[in-house]
Amino acid sequence: MTARIDACFAKARAENRPVLVTYTMAGDPDAETSLAILKNVAASGADIVEFGLPFTDPVADGPAIQASGLRALDAGQTTVKTLDLVREFRKDFPDTPVILMGYYNPIYSYGPEKFVLDAKYAGVDGMIVVDVPAEEDDELCIPAMKQGLAFIRLVPPTADDKRLPVILKNSSGFVYHVSINGITGAATPDYSVVSTALERIRKYTDLPIVVGFGVKTGEHAAALGEHADGVVVGTALVNQIASTFGAGDTATAATATAVNDMVADLAAGVRRAKSN
Amino acid sequence: MADDLFNSFMNGPDEQGRFGNFGGRFVAETLMPLILDLQAEYEKAKTDATFWAEMDDLWKHYVGRPSPLYFASRMTEELGGAKIYLKRDELNHTGAHKINNVLGQIILARRMGKSRIIAETGAGQHGVATATVCAKFGLKCVVYMGAHDVERQQPNVFRMKLLGAEVIPVTSGRGTLKDAMNDALRDWVTNVEDTFYCIGTVAGPHPYPAMVRDFQSIIGKEVRWQLPEQEGEGRLPDTVIAAIGGGSNAMGLFYPFLDDPSVNIIGVEAGGKGVNEKMEHCASLTGGRPGVLHGNRTYLLQDEDGQILEGFSISAGLDYPGIGPEHAWLHDIGRAKYVSITDKEALEAFQFSCRTEGIIPALEPSHALAHVMKIAPTLPKDHIIVMNMCGRGDKDIFTVARHLGVDMTSGNEGRNSD
Repeated sequence: MTARIDACFAKARAENRPVLVTYTMAGDPDAETSLAILKNVAASGADIVEFGLPFTDPVADGPAIQASGLRALDAGQTTVKTLDLVREFRKDFPDTPVILMGYYNPIYSYGPEKFVLDAKYAGVDGMIVVDVPAEEDDELCIPAMKQGLAFIRLVPPTADDKRLPVILKNSSGFVYHVSINGITGAATPDYSVVSTALERIRKYTDLPIVVGFGVKTGEHAAALGEHADGVVVGTALVNQIASTFGAGDTATAATATAVNDMVADLAAGVRRAKSN
Repeated sequence: MADDLFNSFMNGPDEQGRFGNFGGRFVAETLMPLILDLQAEYEKAKTDATFWAEMDDLWKHYVGRPSPLYFASRMTEELGGAKIYLKRDELNHTGAHKINNVLGQIILARRMGKSRIIAETGAGQHGVATATVCAKFGLKCVVYMGAHDVERQQPNVFRMKLLGAEVIPVTSGRGTLKDAMNDALRDWVTNVEDTFYCIGTVAGPHPYPAMVRDFQSIIGKEVRWQLPEQEGEGRLPDTVIAAIGGGSNAMGLFYPFLDDPSVNIIGVEAGGKGVNEKMEHCASLTGGRPGVLHGNRTYLLQDEDGQILEGFSISAGLDYPGIGPEHAWLHDIGRAKYVSITDKEALEAFQFSCRTEGIIPALEPSHALAHVMKIAPTLPKDHIIVMNMCGRGDKDIFTVARHLGVDMTSGNEGRNSD
């Protein structure tokens, strides 16, 4: 629910720091391990966790997240199973906001209205659905907001002053500024450009703005976090997790805790951000 | 034409880019400003006489339009029923209907000041057409092609390279047309400033389905005046038939006839090994259900969880798990009928065309012809079928040879041993 997201940002603001948002894929390399990873990520310092809904054709994602999604699908991950994992996560982490991130077709296939309800009852707080722009708000955004779920927008550099009000009209929770045009896992952005972009976006919204794309280390997080209300890291985690796999892309003893140190480093990074 | 403009079938899409519930603009936000720009530019061009003058000139002098409407007398005689006409779009420059659309999009791209053109291709016909027009205008051209298709369509890969295009083999997924489109979209979101995405079929986000249809409609428009030249004033076809992957050649033939109730419209999907056998086909309408992919809602081959399935067809050009949204709508409202043809039937039709008319067809229109072969004998002799011969078969001879058990390459590459 947006209440949990609002509380999370309020707490970070009180601590004078940006939030750390992580992305990992549901079901990669298998459902159970991906749940263990999600819990470890939250315990290691992530403020908000994004959980990827795997899709066969993730057109906005780079090779790392494409491969992650396909591994999850090969291991039998489904939308129903992903909601089950969120339900399990929620038992141990009552306060950490959970955002589902993915593409529209699996949700459309599930039934948008039913999905929104089931997600809400599983403990989901919001969603980012890459291929449903403002022009298609009636499809999913309006039903989600009716149920109190946040519908989080990706705001890319192509969004100009004409476009921003359109994108932000029906957004809630927070705004996700994609700092470079392109797919996930691409280059690290120029921080001064990001700072200018954030100033522009702030003219059109009071929502917190998190920044993603290209964040790999605590240092990046500290630098980006100086300007933003939050920092998102995804591809670096997904790659680190995949580096622990055994033969046939299966989990090893190291997989569940693979990103604990990385998340701790990033969490320390966001805590340095505003004091830089 | 319909007396009642409100009930016309030719009014789509609406402002949201919808044909009924199909179509739309399901793309990442990064691309929204681009497709809105494109829409504005296309709306301007549509009513701009200089745009169409440039198109007409290139269609005539560069492509070789109008393509002939040819009475296939020996086919007709052998099948013993309906009169069969072939719309000879395989005689276009580059050997298929694809260039009709590419010219339109490249002229638009130039008007928009874009210097780099990207395209996806399956059989390679759209890639070749795009590479050709880019060469003509001196534009940089990058073509995404599934690695599997690169392998089975070598002649077209070489053609594109000769024409100066960079061909990028796509290894994600199963390496076919769907995956090529994914990677083209990834390129586009990364290179928004200078790049124009030239989509090869009536799919993708609005305005592509309508725009590509409009450019391809030259096919049906020509049939409307060509048939009366041979069959008498006012004569319309009784049936129009075309093969469908994404469905651009079919939309081009069908669209000008949508409001003529006497014209039966039949689209032929690729049935692969058979629509009922383990999804080894590409028949989105007969074997799929509505979903959202590549910017539009349409019928898709997908599993129960909404994951997209790979199509299967002998023809690389039909190997796509979706279909243009306007076809999905025409299917749902019943204005057009959609059937499927297996690989085996298409191969038989391929040989039938070679033998009876001296026309080596591409495997794509061979599917349409296979259906013509099924229905023509059952129809009266004054029934006129117009089938779109949308591509020529040069690119397919290796595939066909393999299926017929003829080995043209073993050990003696480059030597004409048979």
